[in-house]
Amino acid sequence: MDQLGLLLNGFAVALDPWNVALMLIGIVLGVVIGVLPGLGGANGVAILLPLTFSLPPVSAIILLSCIYWGALFGGAITSILFNIPGEPWSVATTFDGYPMAQQGRAAEALTAAFTSSFVGAFFAIVMITFVAPLVAGFALRFGPPEFFAVMFLAFASFIGMGSGSPLKTLMVTMAGFLLACVGLDSVTGSLRLTFGSTELIRGFDFLVAVIGLFGIGEILTSIEEGLAFRGAQARIDLSAVRRTWAELPRYWALSLRSALIGCWMGVTPAGATPASFMSYGVARRLAKPGEAPFGKGRIEGVIAPETAAHAAGTSALLPMLALGVPGSPTAAVLLGGLMMWGLQPGPMLFVEQADFVWGLIASMYLGNLVGLALVLFAVPWFAAILRVPFAVIAALILVICSIGAYTVNNAWFDVVVMLCFGVLGYAMKKLDYPLAPLVLALVLGNRTEQAFRQSMLSSQGDLGVFFSNWLVGSIMAVGLVLLFWPLISRVRGAISVQVARRRG
Amino acid sequence: MRRFQGISQRTAELTLAALFAAVAALAIGDSLRIGSGWGEDGPRSGYFPFWVGAVLLVAALWQLVSALGVRPRESFATREELVRVASVLVPAAVQVALMPFLGLYLTSAMLVAWFMARIGGFSWLVAVASGIVTAIVAFVVFEIWFLVALPKGPIEDLLGF
Repeated sequence: MDQLGLLLNGFAVALDPWNVALMLIGIVLGVVIGVLPGLGGANGVAILLPLTFSLPPVSAIILLSCIYWGALFGGAITSILFNIPGEPWSVATTFDGYPMAQQGRAAEALTAAFTSSFVGAFFAIVMITFVAPLVAGFALRFGPPEFFAVMFLAFASFIGMGSGSPLKTLMVTMAGFLLACVGLDSVTGSLRLTFGSTELIRGFDFLVAVIGLFGIGEILTSIEEGLAFRGAQARIDLSAVRRTWAELPRYWALSLRSALIGCWMGVTPAGATPASFMSYGVARRLAKPGEAPFGKGRIEGVIAPETAAHAAGTSALLPMLALGVPGSPTAAVLLGGLMMWGLQPGPMLFVEQADFVWGLIASMYLGNLVGLALVLFAVPWFAAILRVPFAVIAALILVICSIGAYTVNNAWFDVVVMLCFGVLGYAMKKLDYPLAPLVLALVLGNRTEQAFRQSMLSSQGDLGVFFSNWLVGSIMAVGLVLLFWPLISRVRGAISVQVARRRG
Repeated sequence: MRRFQGISQRTAELTLAALFAAVAALAIGDSLRIGSGWGEDGPRSGYFPFWVGAVLLVAALWQLVSALGVRPRESFATREELVRVASVLVPAAVQVALMPFLGLYLTSAMLVAWFMARIGGFSWLVAVASGIVTAIVAFVVFEIWFLVALPKGPIEDLLGF
């Protein structure tokens, strides 16, 4: 039980008073960010990242990851009370959460949502505690071809398993890789894709892209819909909490299933949003006939998506820590943070930076516990944020976004780039282009290219290196199947139609 | 002249696909310039972007062709929606454009005041006061707390910062 000893050390790091204070600040900020439409986990973390340079890395990651947990909790508040998902992963929570609030069962819905979020997260953290070191240990044997294969697998699963058009996912992934190429090539020292601009030598920073795509883009989509907040009142008293908690153990099978779906979707880079929809869909399909229909205020309709979303959001950190391949946009931003603080992401992290890794994992246990207590008792105050007029919120978010983009490199040019990404993000969102693969490709672009180059160097340009042993070969093979899955399933569909026709 | 009705789904799809194709073409061109082949010491700088650009170009052209099939009647954004988007985007762009001359704090105060008065329906007095408060809070938090230097303009010069 190596892990438990290391975990205890981690608790010693995380329980440092300064780190506990940062944890609280992070959770509160995170919930605020989660409640506000237009400020999400990914860009909230991106905006604050440049401010964490003066902190030791472990304190910085505790602050930023707690913002992430807070945002995961916060998204549920607006979904249930206002029917406005504060975060994309809480869309599925609105289906049954808002009807519950309308029937005067807001406290019950919120308690169920927060508790199941906590259960999902806890499940995922336990998994991370025991599985991540194994994965990292295994990955120590990886060479450049294996790393390239893992990245390939990550992007292929986006394309093959994503909910949107595979073609559009492919396009944004490639665009992300190209954006990552801009600037000075660190291997040969030549300038790429700068077209003579001195500003572009720095390249496109993923933080600027995240703030633009997610922050500005989100505001533009919100204002287009002409947002007006009109919500149910809510205060959670202890008796409602006790009543709901007494009821929750009945749904253990649902919680377990949702947590498993969430963990699976989080580790593969599908992310929290599809996990919440899938979990909700499965729960609805498995409902017994004769019961009240979903969508009219069933508590299961809140438990399923919330458990899965939080489990997915949390377990997205597993591949980030163990392999250096993040499972969600927010995890990608955190990974970018690691690199900026001078840590080398990847399996060596568990060996060289044990304090950092276990401090983070311990803070995940504590942060989610603190988060649960905090949101249960502070819901009215967080909900009050949405009573601030949208004009004020939008202006403040715009100001915060431009400060965030500026502080990345102290460059005005980045603020301009952020605004352009904002318009692009708005158009992409309206046309169902996925944003997450672009961010992931931008963050991972250089490391993917490096792994590719080193593999090519060792094999003298022979692509066969990616199939040279069973390990890299099988990762690549799974990646290829996922990549061409949309085509395969279409062909299979066409064949079965043919067969059916012939029989009929 | 026909009144502008908004942008159709088809136009938007075509424009974005064309944009991606153009980016791909630029990347391919630049990669060819710096060398996209195999150098003495391994793949040259343009090798990776060239192939990424090639995949993007094919995908974007494919998307462009399939976007031709989108029915032109479907709407991407109506005129009213675009007006609302512009009501946020234009002031934000003006703020960013003025930032190098007036600094971040003054332009932020102006942005907050403008939003509150024009979109939020507050009186100008309240709006301007809120703008100034925002700028002061931002100044204290960033400049003094976090020691982050943000762009400053003539007013901050006058005050001696």
